[in-house]
Amino acid sequence: MTFTSAHLVALLPIVVLGGAAIVVLLLAAFSPSRRVTTGATAIALAATLATLPIAARVIPLDVSPLIRIDGAALLYTGLLVACTLGVLGLSTAYLKGLGESVGELCILLVTAALGAAVLSASSHFASLFLGIELVSVSLFALLAYARDEKPNLEASLKYVILSGVSSAFLLFGIALVYTELGTLEFARIAELVPLESASSVYIAGGLGFVIAGIAFKMSLVPFHLWTPDVYQGAPAPITAFLATVSKGAVFVVLLRYFMLADAYAYRPLIVALSLLAGASMLLGNVLALLQNNVKRILAYSSIAHIGYLLVAFIAGGAVAIESASYYLAAYLASSIGAFGVVAILSSGVEGETQTLREYRGLYWRRPWLAAVFSLMLLSLAGIPLTMGFVAKFYVVAASIDASLWVLLALVIVGSGIGLFYYLRVLVTLYLEPDDVTPDGARAAAAPSGHVVLAVASVAVIWLGIFPAQLIDVVRALAFTNG
Amino acid sequence: MILAWLIVVPLVAGALAWLGERQSARLCRWIALLALGADLALLAAIWLNAPAIDPTVRSGWLVEAARPWIPRFGIDFHVAMDGLGLLMVALTLFLGIVAVACSWTEIRERVGFFHANLLWSIAGIVGVFVALDLFLFFFLWEVMLVPMYFLIAIWGHENRIYSAIKFFIFTQASSLLMLASIVGLAWINASATGEWTFNYFALLGTDLEPNIAMWLMLGFFIAFAVKLPAVPFHTWLPDAHTDAPTAGSIILAGVLLKTGAYGLIRFVVPLFPDAAMRIAPVAMALAVAGILYGAVLAFAQVDFKRLVAYTSVSHLGFVLLGIFAWNELALQGAIMGMIAHGLSTGGLFAVAGALQERLHTRDMRRMGGLWLRLPRMGAVALFFAIASLGLPGLANFVAEFLVLLGSFAVAPAAAVLAAVGLIFAAVYSLVLIQRSFHGPAKKEIRATDFDRREMAWSAAMIVALVWLGLRPQPVFDAARPTLEELGVPAVLSDEGAEP
Repeated sequence: MTFTSAHLVALLPIVVLGGAAIVVLLLAAFSPSRRVTTGATAIALAATLATLPIAARVIPLDVSPLIRIDGAALLYTGLLVACTLGVLGLSTAYLKGLGESVGELCILLVTAALGAAVLSASSHFASLFLGIELVSVSLFALLAYARDEKPNLEASLKYVILSGVSSAFLLFGIALVYTELGTLEFARIAELVPLESASSVYIAGGLGFVIAGIAFKMSLVPFHLWTPDVYQGAPAPITAFLATVSKGAVFVVLLRYFMLADAYAYRPLIVALSLLAGASMLLGNVLALLQNNVKRILAYSSIAHIGYLLVAFIAGGAVAIESASYYLAAYLASSIGAFGVVAILSSGVEGETQTLREYRGLYWRRPWLAAVFSLMLLSLAGIPLTMGFVAKFYVVAASIDASLWVLLALVIVGSGIGLFYYLRVLVTLYLEPDDVTPDGARAAAAPSGHVVLAVASVAVIWLGIFPAQLIDVVRALAFTNG
Repeated sequence: MILAWLIVVPLVAGALAWLGERQSARLCRWIALLALGADLALLAAIWLNAPAIDPTVRSGWLVEAARPWIPRFGIDFHVAMDGLGLLMVALTLFLGIVAVACSWTEIRERVGFFHANLLWSIAGIVGVFVALDLFLFFFLWEVMLVPMYFLIAIWGHENRIYSAIKFFIFTQASSLLMLASIVGLAWINASATGEWTFNYFALLGTDLEPNIAMWLMLGFFIAFAVKLPAVPFHTWLPDAHTDAPTAGSIILAGVLLKTGAYGLIRFVVPLFPDAAMRIAPVAMALAVAGILYGAVLAFAQVDFKRLVAYTSVSHLGFVLLGIFAWNELALQGAIMGMIAHGLSTGGLFAVAGALQERLHTRDMRRMGGLWLRLPRMGAVALFFAIASLGLPGLANFVAEFLVLLGSFAVAPAAAVLAAVGLIFAAVYSLVLIQRSFHGPAKKEIRATDFDRREMAWSAAMIVALVWLGLRPQPVFDAARPTLEELGVPAVLSDEGAEP
């Protein structure tokens, strides 16, 4: 195929990110100023966002068999890159307290964002694997970023091993699919699968392995065992990255696979995903009840949330893409905010601020952070005036639309259980302060972190009250798939 | 959009009060008081000029306004007020003012945030009473909960955390069922008409299979029954009422419970008339159970507030009975009951708060003989207690009498059993007074009697109760157009109901 300028325009976001990785690498190597490096990274990410409307002029477009730029790809690239930008802001604030250098972090964040962008536009198993590995390999180093902290190393090691295993599953599954069909293109699979016998062992086994690998990355029950430990051990901003960009990107590629390969027609896959979603909602919420560590609570809550997200996704059809996209946006914004508060409170604090006791009376010490945290918790719990509520409404609407009664019941039960632990954290923030070590003034000087929190809060409230704007964008983009 | 202002004023005033905290606590209290007063003035303006504001309004309604909100799902910011809504909003604002007045000296910490939560909760409640888009209704239904949760959890008494979480989870979990029902109803309507809408009037005519209607109706019914509360769902109430601060108890008992009754009248029966009539016997049985069970439990309490809380279960049983009897007499009684209960029980909670402020206990075993030391307070408490027991000449009597009369025509057995509840009411109300105010003084209690501020809010509530008891006609007149629009049968045309 010929490569025209239109292809280049469509590919702009990925090109900019790739170029940014090199520039930031050079800057980190030669410029001693952390401000220059972080500034350049922020500009590069912002530039990527700015290229999205330009790329939107030529969509939908297949740029090689690997990449398909369409409205959904741009939408998700935008969401994930914006989240990366948020994580960058949180990380600079966090590392300032820690006294670590920031250059390598910038490089790794950009490469991970590149992986996420590739995943958002992937239309081929090769680019799927490439994207997932780009994100994962960057995360290996990010998780262990504060090398002196033992929990960081532990978290990284756990993630390396389990991520390696899941990648192996993924590759094996892809290989099995290839054996049967002789193609790795999503769209070609759609053409071939109905021709083959639907009960082919290779297809069923291969897709099963692929789903298992992806479920690992999205930490769906029963592939979730690494999640709480890694979330707890990782530096807080990186936990935010793990919960948002890493999970979101994998979800996005799953969504694209289903859309392009028309996998909704393949019942066994839907049944498997329904089971995973149901188990995640139920177990994620139940296990969160027993935790006393804020990061672990948020980890289990994120497991449950991916479960809700999958319900919207399983519903299929037009409403599903729309509701899954809105839910994803709400989840990303709320998670960035929630983990962001943890990150800012943990900056420069040995062992981080993560037990529930340390959050006691936060409102009376740090009213702004407590207010943001409350807002994010309410959003995660799906209470009105926040994005989380509209998102939950969407999930209910999508599941009723598709008559998924069992899953709908599980959403309701899960949300009911979820309320309990969100409220538990919430009420802790407003209790009388007691004599636990208050986080000193050390974490005060972190303007970039506060900017991120402010942006996330405004988004969560504004789009919670006036969701029509985001809905219009989502609808406009999600349906330009040609 | 005068109705939108009704919601916006307390919302904005809440934010102002929060910001004003740094200036002075007094400022916050005055902001709250002025905002509620302004809202009440707005309401009076609507009432007096109703047809002039909106001449094209549909029959039975006073004002109506709608703006597109989320066009994707046909969701509008659609508010309207009829007589029923007017009465409920008036009650809300009146009790809101009383609540602010009661907390004048009780709340000393984080005064700004307290009043912010109080005002936001009231804004949500007012919204619930005027929302006519089911999505908007649900939205505001939840908005009123969060500030109430904070009121209980931060300024409450001993077990506040437990009570607050229990309150929130009960109401929230049940309202998720309602959300599923709302979306289900809208979806059925959308698949029939090809267009999403949550408009109340559009959904009224939705054609439903009996089975589906039953399930959808149950989703609404459970949410409202939890809020009301009807008997098996009532366990959150005694805890929440007991541990809430005085203002919280007044708002909870006075108006938050009424949103459940309002929802039954406005949504459950009109949207699902057949299904509602099918469960009417069950609902009436629950109502009678609530009347008797609440009264018996109230009698057994030693905690002043807990006793009053259980009487709410009993009183709201009458309201539930009246609603499901579904004739004009019973419904007028139920509406009057909502108002009368708000005033009398609100008054008792206010007295309980004043007692707690002075004695630092609610345990009636440690009271006794208070009348000697606090004669004015004793008289006020006695008045609210006899109002609560339904003495003729006061509002509660009118309400209960009408409910019994109306329900006797439909379900004589239920009416007879419910009438027994009136005797129980006399017992627990008098026991309340006897245990706390009469008898020999148990210990040296040094406390000051009601001051002018406290006499002022007491007097306002007493006047209202007497006025409604002697001349209830304005309430009936206000509610009648609503009932006519709902097609409520007049009971006296029924055979066998002739007095």
